[in-house]
Amino acid sequence: MLKNFVNKRDLPVFLGFIAIVLLAPIIMAPLGAGYPDLLQKFAIFGIFAIGFNILFGLTGYLSFGHAAFLGVGSYTAVWTFKLLTVNVVPAIFLSTLMGGLFALLIGVISLRRSGIYFSILTLAFAQMAYNLAYSVLTPITNGETGLQLTLNDSRVIDNMFREVSKTSLPSTDFFGLSMSGFSGFYFCAVVLIICFYISLRIFRSPFGVMLKAVKSNQERMSYTGLNTRPYTLAAFVISGMFAGLAGGLMAVTDPLAGAERMQWTVGGEVVLMTILGGAGTLIGPVLGAVTIKYFENIFSSLNDSILNSFFSFMPEPMQHVFTAVAGLFVGEGWHLTLGALFVVIVVFLPGGLMEGIGRIGKLFRRGGDDGDKKEPAAKFATPAE
Amino acid sequence: MDVILLQLLNGLDKGGAYALIALGLTLTFGTLGIVNFAHGALFMLGAFCAVTLKSLLNLQMVVLDPIKKTAWGTPLEIKTPYVEKWFGEFGSVLLEYSVPLSILLAIPIMLLIGVAIERGLIKHFYKRPHADQILVTFGLAIVMQEIVKSIFGANPIPQPAPEIFAGSADVGAWFGMNAGAVVYPWWRMVYLGFSAIIIAGVFSFLQFTTFGMVVRAGMADRETVGLMGIDIDRRFTIVFGLAAIVAGMAGVMYTPILSPDYHMGMDFLVLSFVVVVVGGMGSLPGAVAAGFLLGILQSFASLNEVKNIFPGIDQIIIYLVAVVTLLVRPRGLMGRKGVMES
Amino acid sequence: MKKLSVNRRTVLKGSTAAGVALSMPTFFHSKAYAANFTNAPTGSSVTLGFNVPQTGAYADEGGDELRAYKLAVKHINGEGDGGMLNTIKPLSLKGNGILGKKVAYVTGDTQTKSDAARASAKRMIEKDGALMITGGSSSGVAVAVQGLCQEAGVIFMAGLTHSNDTTGKDKKRNGFRHFFNAYMSGAALAPVLEKSYGKDRNAYHLTADYTWGWTQEESIKNSTEAIGWNTVNAVRTPLGAGDFSQYITPVLNSGADVLILNHYGKDMINSLTQAVQFGLRDKVVNGKDFTIVVPLYSRLMAQGAGKNVKGIYGSTNWHWSLQDAGSKAFVKSFGQEYGFPPSQAAHTCYVQTIMYADACERAGTFNPCGVVESLEGHKFDGAGNGATEYRADDHQCFKDVLVVKGNENPTSQFDILEVVEVTPRSQVEYDPKIFGGNLGACNAGKA
Repeated sequence: MLKNFVNKRDLPVFLGFIAIVLLAPIIMAPLGAGYPDLLQKFAIFGIFAIGFNILFGLTGYLSFGHAAFLGVGSYTAVWTFKLLTVNVVPAIFLSTLMGGLFALLIGVISLRRSGIYFSILTLAFAQMAYNLAYSVLTPITNGETGLQLTLNDSRVIDNMFREVSKTSLPSTDFFGLSMSGFSGFYFCAVVLIICFYISLRIFRSPFGVMLKAVKSNQERMSYTGLNTRPYTLAAFVISGMFAGLAGGLMAVTDPLAGAERMQWTVGGEVVLMTILGGAGTLIGPVLGAVTIKYFENIFSSLNDSILNSFFSFMPEPMQHVFTAVAGLFVGEGWHLTLGALFVVIVVFLPGGLMEGIGRIGKLFRRGGDDGDKKEPAAKFATPAE
Repeated sequence: MDVILLQLLNGLDKGGAYALIALGLTLTFGTLGIVNFAHGALFMLGAFCAVTLKSLLNLQMVVLDPIKKTAWGTPLEIKTPYVEKWFGEFGSVLLEYSVPLSILLAIPIMLLIGVAIERGLIKHFYKRPHADQILVTFGLAIVMQEIVKSIFGANPIPQPAPEIFAGSADVGAWFGMNAGAVVYPWWRMVYLGFSAIIIAGVFSFLQFTTFGMVVRAGMADRETVGLMGIDIDRRFTIVFGLAAIVAGMAGVMYTPILSPDYHMGMDFLVLSFVVVVVGGMGSLPGAVAAGFLLGILQSFASLNEVKNIFPGIDQIIIYLVAVVTLLVRPRGLMGRKGVMES
Repeated sequence: MKKLSVNRRTVLKGSTAAGVALSMPTFFHSKAYAANFTNAPTGSSVTLGFNVPQTGAYADEGGDELRAYKLAVKHINGEGDGGMLNTIKPLSLKGNGILGKKVAYVTGDTQTKSDAARASAKRMIEKDGALMITGGSSSGVAVAVQGLCQEAGVIFMAGLTHSNDTTGKDKKRNGFRHFFNAYMSGAALAPVLEKSYGKDRNAYHLTADYTWGWTQEESIKNSTEAIGWNTVNAVRTPLGAGDFSQYITPVLNSGADVLILNHYGKDMINSLTQAVQFGLRDKVVNGKDFTIVVPLYSRLMAQGAGKNVKGIYGSTNWHWSLQDAGSKAFVKSFGQEYGFPPSQAAHTCYVQTIMYADACERAGTFNPCGVVESLEGHKFDGAGNGATEYRADDHQCFKDVLVVKGNENPTSQFDILEVVEVTPRSQVEYDPKIFGGNLGACNAGKA
């Protein structure tokens, strides 16, 4: 049965992925990242990047507008909490649906063009959505402040079936299971694993092969009399649904939806995550998402007093010098480190972080198995392909 | 009527600025095929050439006042710029004209930076996928920004235009209209004229010189040009340097309009990409036309009369124009087939 | 590098929590330690979270806030010269930390984005065990983080946030604001504007198109119309527009003789600089000199507008040139520590931290509900703004407001503004009901 479920070659990867995701709180703790909020962000942006990779990694269509779907998902989820119920199931369902719908709308128009023209079209749509959400659509989005739950929300379904507190805000739940803290993380983690599985199946399906063919030579594809647009549109909508789902999960773990989630920088971030991790690989995008979120949350929080205590084993003058030098790269300088990391990775590891992992794996396997040596590095960069 | 004329003038001025900012990008992006996310950062570096020159000129001799104290109890510092001390009147004039003078500083510095970036990094990326180019140039942009931030701080730094350009001109009166009906700032007109000169210069350089011809040939078919024994790589380096200079000069001259800060490049990045793509990849006239088109439409979309009919139109007009243009004309206004389409 | 933040506590906490979560799903939200409120301090120290913008447009302002926070921590722990601890009356702090526990702090970057700010605040609460979160340079961020703190059961002491919403529509029981708001700006400015420019004026507003801009536009409109001014037009401009020329040109022939810029930060610098370039201040309209007003001034940001601020009226929460004992003490210790005077953002952050510490000390507990109770209606003096009160109805501080003017003859780069008038508290007070909202109940978090 397992054989039909996952391809035999992919089984170790898939099981390994599940194990790492579920054990993340323990694995991440020594790195200072073992707390619920960041773990949730890892999982959510992992989903976002996996979805983006289905479009970009397979078809090569580079969208700068996926932030719009993330934002739409968040707004949908918060509105569901406000109008219907704080149970997360309808919110997740609806935000995925809305993400897909918006993607269909934008995809139909944008996919009429390819290359950089496609990228600019998606960017333009996302920026329009952001600018309007920030200003004139404030009645729907609550603009700059962001959409939040309030005490006088209607919550029709909750009011029918539950005691509703009049003095404190409800928190989101999955049939009684709270969506904050570690339970929120495990909820996201399960969704992440499901998404990873879907992505795996898509990569291995005839549909996925078709998408890869689009990437390698669209022109030749169309000479065969095949219309590629339905395939690329399907990929676009699927990735839009992933983005909507990720947006919905952001609202599930933290019921607030802000317009800046739709800004091009967020859409750019998922592009960077995917490329940094390794576009077209299965795990790469998740790895990229984790790396960038880790920098954003942990490196930015290191300040001089933490550095001082870290270097406290040194003699005093040296301690100050080291603190001053290291201080340039952490805290308010975390951007610098991230920028430098981008350059270094892309120069030395063209296949992203996954290529790095592949190379390390190759080092270990050297001597044991001669067959491996002949395979190109790229093979390792995409272990699941 | 005044309002329409004013907005038209404003649109021309904006358009000139957009075209100039996008010009450097057209060279790297449309000509060399590099998706250069560091273009905004080059614009910012240019602006900071002006800041640097001004602070160099403003290097001050500090004398501690023996009696007066600051509010927190340390001796008050009396500062006089060295240039004024050494050169007197002439020193003050130097300070006054620091913005236009900065162009002289910006040209060599930006050339150096451009060539260094191309030789050190971009060179290896001509044949890499666009995605890799984006990642490396974006990383580079962040690094440049953060370095500037660590030196100059995050706050905008004022760079006033020379006093004679400070006010505004009564443009309407030149054409026999009522005094004060149509006035426009002198410096913005200087910027418009400057844009026109630079655009014309770059255009004729590529169009009428042998160098330009070879570069254009290289764009069309790099390998064949290489086989003819022409060192196309060196020429590409120069083009990249040229793009950096144009971006830098655009930045220098823009400082009196927009007080520069380390983040200003990112704010212009999206805009300049939109201008280049709407104009059509690889087309200099296209970029210029798109710059003016977007500038004028943006000005008119900001009119209250228009905003009352379409609320929020001024926020999205640029993107709306981009979408409509690309749908009506697949390769932008004047784009050529086959450039950056895969 | 990554091992930097390893310590026994995070490892233990992370792994025990995860262990619990894995083995017994029903105990998902039980904390590894017993306490009756979120992050109850167990050791000899107590952690505060300083959440300020360190990247983006407000990074310098955030940097100044952080400097003030560090200074406040020093003073509370009994180091340095004590600053305002010597001038605030009444004050229960003894200079030995809070309730005998030494104050430690963690920092984070809000990037002036709600999402990033909430992520950073959550890290402080979930990982670092922060009891109180403070900071911010924008109202959107303040409202977002305040909501989060309410849900998590910690105290939020707002930094620089000027929107009426923070203690109006979006007020929360666990959140307090010392900074003034748009309503107060309007109420304080109007009499001064009337005195300098008369009753018969036509005002044109340019307003940043987001929540803060709207509340300020509304407040200023109301108070200027009350003195007889006519509002010609109010135009919304996109946030971060950079070039405002297309919004300034219609002002030229609109018949307006006053331009009111409801912009802050970079927008303010750019729109003011460009308005001056368009010659607005040289114009004579309806026989009156055209003038510009910037209702909310920030000295730190105004530096970017250079000479253009000269003679332009606005309001500010506090200014370092004030001569009362509290301001002098603060300027002295800040100036000696860092070599330049503090900004109004630094001042409000410093006072908020001291007042939080004092409230814990007076309440005898760190429990947020106890702190809320002791801060509500608390009156104090000697913090630079005269007699001040955290009003119980909306957790807004009521105190004197400063009307300032761009200095015509600055003696230093810090001497950009001069205080024109100190508007007394009674003149800027309002009925808490006018902005709606509901404080709700205090939340001490999960047991």
